[in-house]
Amino acid sequence: MKPAGFSYHRPKTLGEALELLSAHGDNAKIIAGGQSLVPVMNMRLAAPAQLVDLNDLPGLAGIGAKGAFVEVGALARHYQLVESEVVRSLCPLLAQAAETIGHYAIRQRGTLGGSLAHADPTAQLPLVTVTLNAEIDIASTRGQRTLSAADFFLSVMTTALAQDEVVVAIRVPVAAPGEGAAFEIFSRRHGDFAIVAIAATMTVEKARIAGLRIGIGGVGPIPVAYADLCRRFIGQPADASRFKQLAQAIRDAVEPEDNPRIPAEYRRELAQILTERALTRALDTAQGNAP
Amino acid sequence: MNKVALTLRVNGVSHDLLIEPRKLLSDAVREDCRLTGTHVGCEHGVCGACTVLVDGRPVRACLCFAVQMAGHEITTIEAVAQDGQLSPVQQALHEEHGLQCGFCTPGIVMTFEAFLKENPNPSEEQIRDALSGNLCRCTGYHNIVAAIKKAATQMQESAGYVAP
Repeated sequence: MKPAGFSYHRPKTLGEALELLSAHGDNAKIIAGGQSLVPVMNMRLAAPAQLVDLNDLPGLAGIGAKGAFVEVGALARHYQLVESEVVRSLCPLLAQAAETIGHYAIRQRGTLGGSLAHADPTAQLPLVTVTLNAEIDIASTRGQRTLSAADFFLSVMTTALAQDEVVVAIRVPVAAPGEGAAFEIFSRRHGDFAIVAIAATMTVEKARIAGLRIGIGGVGPIPVAYADLCRRFIGQPADASRFKQLAQAIRDAVEPEDNPRIPAEYRRELAQILTERALTRALDTAQGNAP
Repeated sequence: MNKVALTLRVNGVSHDLLIEPRKLLSDAVREDCRLTGTHVGCEHGVCGACTVLVDGRPVRACLCFAVQMAGHEITTIEAVAQDGQLSPVQQALHEEHGLQCGFCTPGIVMTFEAFLKENPNPSEEQIRDALSGNLCRCTGYHNIVAAIKKAATQMQESAGYVAP
């Protein structure tokens, strides 16, 4: 359980980091929080020859409001997403999701950019970015580009990032006035990766659903946002019986893989139950529910 | 693989080391700094036995490389008791039978030295959430939870205590 040898680089600027990635190509791997990378290095499932440490780039760790968006640097740690007043007030879904990641010590070190680049199909932060269709800023020596979360995640642990690229920041839309948010997760043990996780936001006008987002992790190779399904429920009453219908519609819509460890039916049922819970809680936190 | 020179600050002491970059912080602390209170369990971030503080925050020492720690302050279990006096967390674990074999205990102590600083009056749910990152095969956890509650109460009563 000891990692293979590597050469270690600790760039002081983003430019220096990008030069290293460009120079070393496939041999280089970025380390930020290391909470996913180091376990696989310890198990020798990964053995990068060059390790480029981004931890000395505090310019990548900023969190701030930027117009209609909250911009979060890739090096922001999970605990910072949980504690940040900007995130808690302007994008509560992100704070709620971050609070459920791994364990207390893991959240001190793990980073937003690392979680997105790792792209575990059941991880919380990819799910939130897909649900909110966040913009993801990517840099390399060849320049900067921005992808929507929908275009960033390709498959299990596979993203649109090229070998010489690094995630530098994301922008998530500021929650609408009175918007409620809920993140629901089910795993066998507290802190494990989710079997199914649900992210939901809702706005309510005159007791009817005015805005709705539902994203689900754990039911496919990447998180899925159910925008079309949500649209069908706009203008419908925001009440328990409608939420039951919505949860049933989600159950019918998800297409989880069937495997001996976790049957597809089990995930379908989880998706239904967690959706109902998430909608109920999102309604509780939504305001503007005028009679 | 080439070794690199590194000054590792542990418990306020500088250790000048010549180590491979692949050396985990947990191994450097134990083998090079000769501080064997930090225990190594799973070596992939699951068990929490190797938890140390980095700049005051709890971190899995098996999920960082020692070479990354240049310029940072590491605190290990050896620095928790002051002048032979157990910290409130240690004392409460002792009194509440919060350990049996003791292998997981250093990690639990380090986790809660940091946690109680941030959350001086935690709910049982918050304690259990934090404790979920530390595996213990002896106690069944109930006594650890009781100990943390007791330590929190005592630390609030004697506000003079400052966690390391």
